[in-house]
Amino acid sequence: MYEFRYHRPGTLEDAEKAFSKGDDPLFLAGGQTTLPVMKQRLASPSDLIDLVRIPELRGISLKQDTLTIGAMTCHEDVARSADVKSALPALAGLAGDIGDPAVRSRGTLGGSIANNDPAADYPAALVALGASVHTPSRVIAAQDFFTGMFETALEEGEMIVKVTFPVPEYAAYAKFPNPASRYATVGVFVARTQDGIRVAVTGAGPCVFRAGEFEKALEGDFSANALDGVSISPDGLNSDLHASAAYRANLIGVMARRAVAKLS
Amino acid sequence: MVALVTPTPRPHEGAPQSAMPAISLSVNGKPVAGEYEARTLLCDLLRGPLALTGTHVGCDTSQCGACVVLIDGDPVKSCAMLAAQAEGCEITTIEGLAGDGKLHPMQEAFRDQHALQCGFCTPGMILTSVALARNNPALGEEDVAKGLEGNLCRCTGYRNIIRAVMAGAKEMAEQGDV
Ligand SMILES: Cc1cc2nc3c(=O)[nH]c(=O)nc-3n(C[C@H](O)[C@H](O)[C@H](O)COP(=O)(O)OP(=O)(O)OC[C@H]3O[C@@H](n4cnc5c(N)ncnc54)[C@H](O)[C@@H]3O)c2cc1C
Ligand code: FES
Ligand code: FES
Repeated sequence: MYEFRYHRPGTLEDAEKAFSKGDDPLFLAGGQTTLPVMKQRLASPSDLIDLVRIPELRGISLKQDTLTIGAMTCHEDVARSADVKSALPALAGLAGDIGDPAVRSRGTLGGSIANNDPAADYPAALVALGASVHTPSRVIAAQDFFTGMFETALEEGEMIVKVTFPVPEYAAYAKFPNPASRYATVGVFVARTQDGIRVAVTGAGPCVFRAGEFEKALEGDFSANALDGVSISPDGLNSDLHASAAYRANLIGVMARRAVAKLS
Repeated sequence: MVALVTPTPRPHEGAPQSAMPAISLSVNGKPVAGEYEARTLLCDLLRGPLALTGTHVGCDTSQCGACVVLIDGDPVKSCAMLAAQAEGCEITTIEGLAGDGKLHPMQEAFRDQHALQCGFCTPGMILTSVALARNNPALGEEDVAKGLEGNLCRCTGYRNIIRAVMAGAKEMAEQGDV
């Protein structure tokens, strides 16, 4: 790992200031992606700006029909939160199945979605639930936030402060984990929201996407059988040593059925 | 237990903004303070200046869990954390588990159940298991298997490890270590 300057600002303003002064700065959450990448010298930031001491980025709260989770909340805290378990058990379950206990102690919601790994779990939840990503200056709908492989709508130096999730009528997540890392080979998040049924798929393509055909089928009949005969084309899906595109396309159907079956 | 090095005095106070941030934390109940390069990993601080070599580095790529230590009670891979990120935290390494010349119940259980062969994975296994038992009073074998997903063992085949964690957790509960 190359040398860098380390900052631990206590306010959003100081974090922005530190970022603007650095030659090639990077925000640091739990470091679960950033540090391995720096050790491999695939990244060599001049400055690491640790967001751990900024109060606005912390905490979980439930008010009326909105669950709010601060960007620096680690996966284990989401998994164990009484508020998340009561309002959105599918999200608590998703967080509790990320990686392993040590990764969950450090990895954060903000770090996961800022990184937008194509195999990360959270993007599916955000898109299916119609969540909003809050930065110091604006609110971005999840649908517009995830723009491509490892790409998001965040501007240079823009921080994620928190994510708000409208509480759905019901929701479930099913993933086929990579047996080594537990990242999603394919993960499908199904939710009945105020805007109807939403089905979001992660792990399968370069970026999270909604499965419109599945949504239509489930809108008419919310049962696993309703998905019989509905399939997703493997065109454009990921193909790697873990799974071919055709296998992933098949897994989308299987995981969607499993998620729906959890609810019926 | 290996003695900690004498804490080095901090020449300058103030915001840690340099390439040599001042770090102060507690390791196995003892205060540690010093200035270290920002890129110092927690495992390197523990194994180098603090000479606590019970924390093993197996893969250095977040895969194996040999380097797990407890930070404020939670398991963390010390190869994937900067020492500076542990500022103000309370760290427990394998050296800090036994007390008064007596092994911790989880250590005792690993010995009784023959849950180690070469022992390289054992510090991380035991610390992860201690946290698992404290967080989950009604631990079942499946919880143990899931809880140890991030800890690899190349020797034992895991059966004895699972048996040991079940036995160690039971003993911890009986001793009120929850
Ligand atoms: C062994 C292993 C297994 C894993 N398994 C899974 C899995 O099963 N499922 C899954 O979804 N993930 C998995 N992960 C990913 C992990 O859970 C983390 O979510 C991910 O590594 C991001 O880590 P972090 O939160 O520590 O962020 P960091 O590594 O600190 O940061 C990641 C990126 O986000 C940026 N960033 C961080 N916070 C903010 C913010 N608030 N605003 C703007 N930018 C920010 C950083 O600048 C950096 O570019 C795994 C990781 C490991 C190492
Ligand atoms: S050495 Fe840290 S996980 Fe292997
Ligand atoms: S005992 Fe040898 S690696 Fe586990």
